[in-house]
Amino acid sequence: MSLPEDYLQYPKRGHGMDHDRYTWSMLKDRPKVTWPNGARVALWVVTQLQWFPLDMKPAVPVPAAMARPYPDYWNYTLRDYGNRVGVYRIFKVLDKLGIRSSVAINSALAEMYPYLMQQIVARDWEVIANGLDMGHPHHGDMDSGEEAALIKGVLETLRGMSGQKVRGWLSPIRSESMNTPDLVAAEGIEYLCDWANDDMPYPFETASGSIHNMPHTMELDDQQILIALRHTEQEYVDQLKDQFDCLYAESVNSGGRIMAINLNPWVTGQAYRIKKLEEALSYITGHDGVWSATGGEILDAFKGQG
Amino acid sequence: MAMLREPGLYDYSPMSERPKITWPNGARVAFWVAPNIEFYELDPPLNPGRRAWPKPHPDVVPHSHRDYGNRAGFWRMMEVMAKYGVRGSVSLNVAMCQHHPEIIEACSALDWEFFSHGVYNTRYTYTMTEAQERAMMEDVIKTIKDCTGQDTDGWLAPALSYTTNTFELLTEYGVKYTCDLFHDDQPQPVNTKSGKLISVPYSLEMNDTVVLSMMGKSSRHYTEILKANFDQLYEEGAENSQVMCIPLHPFLIGQPHRIGNFAEVLEYITGHDKVWVTTGREIAAHYYEHHYDNVVAALTANRGS
Repeated sequence: MSLPEDYLQYPKRGHGMDHDRYTWSMLKDRPKVTWPNGARVALWVVTQLQWFPLDMKPAVPVPAAMARPYPDYWNYTLRDYGNRVGVYRIFKVLDKLGIRSSVAINSALAEMYPYLMQQIVARDWEVIANGLDMGHPHHGDMDSGEEAALIKGVLETLRGMSGQKVRGWLSPIRSESMNTPDLVAAEGIEYLCDWANDDMPYPFETASGSIHNMPHTMELDDQQILIALRHTEQEYVDQLKDQFDCLYAESVNSGGRIMAINLNPWVTGQAYRIKKLEEALSYITGHDGVWSATGGEILDAFKGQG
Repeated sequence: MAMLREPGLYDYSPMSERPKITWPNGARVAFWVAPNIEFYELDPPLNPGRRAWPKPHPDVVPHSHRDYGNRAGFWRMMEVMAKYGVRGSVSLNVAMCQHHPEIIEACSALDWEFFSHGVYNTRYTYTMTEAQERAMMEDVIKTIKDCTGQDTDGWLAPALSYTTNTFELLTEYGVKYTCDLFHDDQPQPVNTKSGKLISVPYSLEMNDTVVLSMMGKSSRHYTEILKANFDQLYEEGAENSQVMCIPLHPFLIGQPHRIGNFAEVLEYITGHDKVWVTTGREIAAHYYEHHYDNVVAALTANRGS
């Protein structure tokens, strides 16, 4: 087997990116951002509430999916632990520290457990749409009409149940088709959380106009650190502290920064981990100039810079 | 095509029985840092030897994670290296010269070396005909010359993808050293039919991708690994000089939670007095000038015995 000659042709080899979704821009060249009350770091905690259906057959591999022969009660119930027990530990810690979280929630889970949505709304936390459920990741081979209908249904459910505008979108496992940004923007989504390529919001172009991508963290996701990479709980805490120390220091010369933390309640909501989470969050909120906010509030402050 | 049972690229040469080599000013360790400055395409064509991305395109997470290096991580890494006087030897996807020349200019301003890492990190050498591989090499060498004025002295195959022609072709194009062989802590002659080629140690064991992503170690653990590796080579270098390379990827080392720990490593290593903080090109040049003939003579004598 040999390679076709066009394998050595590069039609998009020019200045900037090889696609039109966003402009090439180095963080160090951007205007300095100022946060409300002169805060140095905006603390953005995202809590993910997800449903992994027992009969899930995702079109692309999903980490933490059912992995054993049907019926895989092992994986189903361990994921569901987060929605019954883990998240209530996280609520307590965040309430205690005065942190308001954005909650990325599957619409099917919101319908299954409406009490969860009541808890989110009662806290004045933000709802981010996290797709239908973890068995339905969006992907490059997905039919565009099917995807459009899926997105519409997800947003109708979440907007109806929360009474919120629902401005943010996080694709299940952050997986998109080439059309996802266009389709969510057409439904009024103002920011995406999927792209892990920046520390700050940046404009993201769609067929329905310019939206933003927010720096939802992939590196500091508890599932990534504790499950995928199998680090210890202390290493998890160290990474959160090291991240904060760097961003806090950078803010002196580079303007306001964003410390994003992503929590999966079935991971950090475990009894033996919750105090480690509290340790890291207490360290962060113990500094002057830390502004705890939701994704939408951070985006508004960012866009308000002109 | 019949496959080889061993590469046939070098002779067996036990560390305990080989000629001593030295570095300038009696240094025990030649220390170099090799940032991989890379461009990954969102929707590259398929090579039958390897898929670029595991999922149907766009594979947003791995793609955007790598893009982080160019947007945010590179600058942090560069500033820390500059602070400790460490010039980079850049393993370059040369399409970066077109896509992000701002990064190339920043490296040039600090007198960093550029060597080849192919055109894109999403275009692999697997299954290329000789003519195709030559065309790729000619593109790389010309692009580096036109963009930076530098000769391509070093080579790390794009995404470490090869044909069995690769090393023979490198000698024809005047490439002096390869980073693709991991069999030694010293430079070693590479056996080719014509021309001269050496390997310069570029360590997978010290590579941030391998340690942090593949082995899954934490940033502080990586710091301990790098220091321990240096300590051992520094001790052994009193006997016979050694090379330590740290291969980096800005999308990993330039993350906020890692950069401070990496600064600690550079402070530690450059704080030793018998360290030659240098580049791949300078290591190769010194080795050719002072050691190559002597080492080849010893290897040739061993073959005869």
